Amino acid sequence: MWTIRIRLSFVFLCSCLSLSIAQALTPAQALGMVQGETDTRLKVLNQALQEADEATAVFLQAMADDAVKLAGQQVLVLRDGKAFDPVTAAEIVQPPQAEDVVSNNRMRGEIDAALAALRLLNSDDKVRLQAAMALAKEPDAAKLALINKALKAERNAQVKTALLLAKAAMAISVADPQERLQAAQTLGEAKTPEAQLLLNQQLGVEADPKVKAQITASLATIKAALAWGERLGVVFTGISLGSILLLVALGLAITYGLMGVINMAHGELMMVGAYATFVVQVMFRQYLPHAFDWYLLAALPTAFVTAAAVGAVLERGVLRFLYGRPLETLLATWGISLILMQAVRSMFGAQNVAVENPRWMSGGIQVLSNLSLPWNRVFIVLFAVTVLIGMTLLISQTRLGLFVRGVTQNRAIAACMGVNTARIDTYAFALGSGIAGLAGCALSQIGNVGPDLGQGYIVDAFMVVVLGGVGQLAGTVYAALGLGVLNKFLEGWTGAVLAKIAVLVFIIVFIQKRPQGLFAMKGRSAEA
Amino acid sequence: MTPDLFDAGRERLQAHQFRRVQPSSSGDRGASYGHLLQAGQLDLTHGRILYLEDVNVSFDGFKAINNLSLDISPGELRCIIGPNGAGKTTMMDIITGKTRPDSGQVFFGSTIDLLRHNEPEIAQLGIGRKFQKPTVFEHLSVWENLELALATAKDVKSSMLFKLNGVHQDRLCEVLETIRLSQALRSPAGLLSHGQKQWLEIGMLLMQDPKLLLLDEPVAGMTDQETERTAELFLSLKGRHSLMVVEHDMGFIRSIADIVTVLCDGSVLAQGSFEQVQADERVIDVYLGR
Amino acid sequence: MNTTNLPHTPALLSPMGWLVFLSLVLLLAVATPLMNLYVPVDHVLHVSDFAVSLVGKIMCYAICALAMDLIWGYTGILSLGHGLFFALGGYAMGMYLMRQIGLDGNYKSELPDFMVFLNWKALPWHWYFSDSFIATLLLVVLAPGLLAAVFGYFAFRSRIKGVYFSIITQAMTFAFMLLFFRNETGFGGNNGFTDFKRILGLTIATPSMRMVLFVLTAMTLLGFYLFARWLIRSKYGRVLQAIRDAESRVMFCGYSPLPYKLSIWVISAVMCGVAGALYVPQVGIINPSEMSPANAIEIAVWAAVGGRGTLLGPIVGAFMVNGAKSWLTMAAPEFWLYVLGALFIAVTLFMPQGVVGLFNKARLALLSKGAQP
Repeated sequence: MWTIRIRLSFVFLCSCLSLSIAQALTPAQALGMVQGETDTRLKVLNQALQEADEATAVFLQAMADDAVKLAGQQVLVLRDGKAFDPVTAAEIVQPPQAEDVVSNNRMRGEIDAALAALRLLNSDDKVRLQAAMALAKEPDAAKLALINKALKAERNAQVKTALLLAKAAMAISVADPQERLQAAQTLGEAKTPEAQLLLNQQLGVEADPKVKAQITASLATIKAALAWGERLGVVFTGISLGSILLLVALGLAITYGLMGVINMAHGELMMVGAYATFVVQVMFRQYLPHAFDWYLLAALPTAFVTAAAVGAVLERGVLRFLYGRPLETLLATWGISLILMQAVRSMFGAQNVAVENPRWMSGGIQVLSNLSLPWNRVFIVLFAVTVLIGMTLLISQTRLGLFVRGVTQNRAIAACMGVNTARIDTYAFALGSGIAGLAGCALSQIGNVGPDLGQGYIVDAFMVVVLGGVGQLAGTVYAALGLGVLNKFLEGWTGAVLAKIAVLVFIIVFIQKRPQGLFAMKGRSAEA
Repeated sequence: MTPDLFDAGRERLQAHQFRRVQPSSSGDRGASYGHLLQAGQLDLTHGRILYLEDVNVSFDGFKAINNLSLDISPGELRCIIGPNGAGKTTMMDIITGKTRPDSGQVFFGSTIDLLRHNEPEIAQLGIGRKFQKPTVFEHLSVWENLELALATAKDVKSSMLFKLNGVHQDRLCEVLETIRLSQALRSPAGLLSHGQKQWLEIGMLLMQDPKLLLLDEPVAGMTDQETERTAELFLSLKGRHSLMVVEHDMGFIRSIADIVTVLCDGSVLAQGSFEQVQADERVIDVYLGR
Repeated sequence: MNTTNLPHTPALLSPMGWLVFLSLVLLLAVATPLMNLYVPVDHVLHVSDFAVSLVGKIMCYAICALAMDLIWGYTGILSLGHGLFFALGGYAMGMYLMRQIGLDGNYKSELPDFMVFLNWKALPWHWYFSDSFIATLLLVVLAPGLLAAVFGYFAFRSRIKGVYFSIITQAMTFAFMLLFFRNETGFGGNNGFTDFKRILGLTIATPSMRMVLFVLTAMTLLGFYLFARWLIRSKYGRVLQAIRDAESRVMFCGYSPLPYKLSIWVISAVMCGVAGALYVPQVGIINPSEMSPANAIEIAVWAAVGGRGTLLGPIVGAFMVNGAKSWLTMAAPEFWLYVLGALFIAVTLFMPQGVVGLFNKARLALLSKGAQP
């Protein structure tokens, strides 16, 4: 609130000279606003508002900034160490016994609202629109006269609609039922969550049946409009979560689906990618601060290469000796995950580290009034799709992909054909690990980065692979998206924890019915 | 059913009836073909111990078994030959319950529908199988392997409280003699040679005392001497047990076969005595070669 | 062939074995209490209270490792969720101990502290019989047992095997951990149960009670060991090993694997539950992190380090690993996770038979060398 105030006051002060209404701030009004009971002061304030001018605005701003003093009957405004008279803006000598004018919170609130209302009369369209929307969100009946005044002089259609909405927001609780009826209708057409809130509040205390009916009808309209927003919101969050699960599970789908290696350290490979992103960010901040917004371009390949390197070392050092023994691989990779976590803790500390979004990823697109799609999530969905397409192309179209497929289907024959199976194994595992690194880079943009980043996702990743079935990427895709959307839908009903539990139970039950997963290879050799 | 099979069945049935003349409760007006059916009991009155009709199985689009129809008489030693991929092992999988066919009928005797039972049940009904690759329990000793195959109650409680009695021990010794592993009875089965493992598996099959034995390449990897002994063993089993043997070794087949069935592309190509099949043009083209 | 040549079913323990067993019983049930309670503190034979509680705790873990050996070493089912059964037994006993606090809690109320804190007015339904010791004992057996029976029935019936099964058990324990972290579930949320005062009316925190629990745990461990040995030596144990080695062959011999797997699964779950119930009064606290997947995987490493399929191995492994953990977390805490991780890797790569397996190999090598002229 305060930052908005300072920002808007800055804007205001720049344009305060263009106030179009010119009625004076009287010394009596100035005096009345700085001394006595808060209620009396507020009365004077509202009165002054009716006849506001630029001097009033400057004075109110000074009051908000605690730059007003009182010496006997003389009110002073302090600026740059000098004292000025609020009415004439002339410099005066600062009396020695000037007391500070103290305003309590309520007073401050009212001063802020008054300043906001005054902005309704600013010459800049944007400022007026902002002021009108702010008033619509927090309606105050005392400002009604001001709004009417502004409406009379308003030319801009957008601002006019906003002003009418603000007026309706205030008019919803006035004495005249006809006005309330009108206000209810206007609010219904607005279709915003704030309008919904106001209508709900009024519904509780409404006595007139016609107005009540109108309020109910308006509420229904708003609900219908908002419902779409909510549904789409859930779908989008579901897709977003699904895209994250997809990124996380894609690497695992390669290492387990193609190679049969159960890698419990997959989460830690993601963590390595996230920390690589962090390091790149720190480097950029230190050496290339002007290019900070583009650090992601360097971070993505770094994360991929780092994670792939760690994966290659893992494969060469440990996993190569454990092929064909899945249970042992599981245990060995769990041990590796412990070592990786502890190593990161020793290097970077056990606390989370901060990874900032570049500026072009902050904020979001406002699609509907209650549906705002954050940019970073949108980009991650696109990124996941890109990675998926890239990987499919790599596996199906390139020579490396062909070798990987050959080696995993029949190692002996592939070796007879001259394929260096050991090297292909390393490449395949490194590829899977590299994708985990990319997933970690993506995760760093939307969540915390800490040594146990991987632990939160490993169970989900395995569920996706188990559900999707082994041997085909399509299964992983469908499973990831399906689980993401399912999780988010359930969250709406039962809350996050129970939703997660329900999803886990669902998978366990599904696997009973269909042990090979969604898409699986049939045939005599299909043993888990 | 073909006419000659029908005749053969009727002859066998009449012989059977002749041996079993008893006063019936309906005052000697007993229907000649009527008899009480007992659930779960093998009914051989129609002269068939194993009956497959129009069985179809496909894996991922590949048709492994294509309208296969086959039957075996009690006490017969049937040999199945055919090129690789003809569906011989898949057929055994279907009989023993490991794979379910897409369509068709599989009957054990004339009343037991094998498609309704799972593997342990089928084994307990009296069908024993020997796998292509010798599968014995590597970490258990030879006698423990045989003890496991013993035809006793197979549920958890009985296993916990099981004690070998005299009858069991006699049977164990008998089988050990037959498979010539009496000296090695304490060594872990994993340490046996390939041929010995084959014999151990055959021994386990004998311990089960099944009515129908399915043997998938029983002499693969055996020496000539061992092959000869296996042939003798099978011939001695014939009559009391029914056997179905899948093999590629033509010499072995010749020494044991009554009737040979040739499978190709998932269905029966030819059937008859060894000489008939050997001379059949189609079989020569597809499998035996010139 | 002479039927007397057939191997007899060996006795439960060889005469030497019975000697060792009985001396262990004497050591743990007689000598240790004496050395802890009656020998003066500065005497060299004194066993400190710290050692008693540490060894008591490790013995509970050893029971879990033994249970893990039964299902993994002998039946080939790797469960990464057995920590759940341990925790369930612990929670059952914990509920009883919380009720035993009575009016001595922080809020001086009949209800446990955390319920007062959450503003609950009455005991939830699952606490109804928690003031009866007999009912608690029943619950310690039934809770893990029933859960294992239901989960195992559905899992084994659908023939989920190998790695898929292990991942599913991990998901199961993870789901329960999330459930128990919630305050609404009525198990103390993420604080769990602690601050126990009494058991069966007797104060918990005295040396004599600690010693009683210690001896009880020791006897349970030894008893379970004998029971496991009996199981494995029977035909039932051989069928389990056959299931581990070649499940399809076992089916074709006429055994249905489902009842066998299910029975050993439930037995091992109940063993873990009992271990959990013995653990909680000795350690004085139980919370949902006992159900974490990390804890459950550690049980597997104890069995692997000691030597799967030997019954004695996992017990040894539990002592070795937890002893090392105890020492390292005091001496050099940041190294412990490195050591644990390296242990996982080393055991799978270099020591698939575990410590006891290596020992057996060495003994056989010595014997065969000795046999040569």
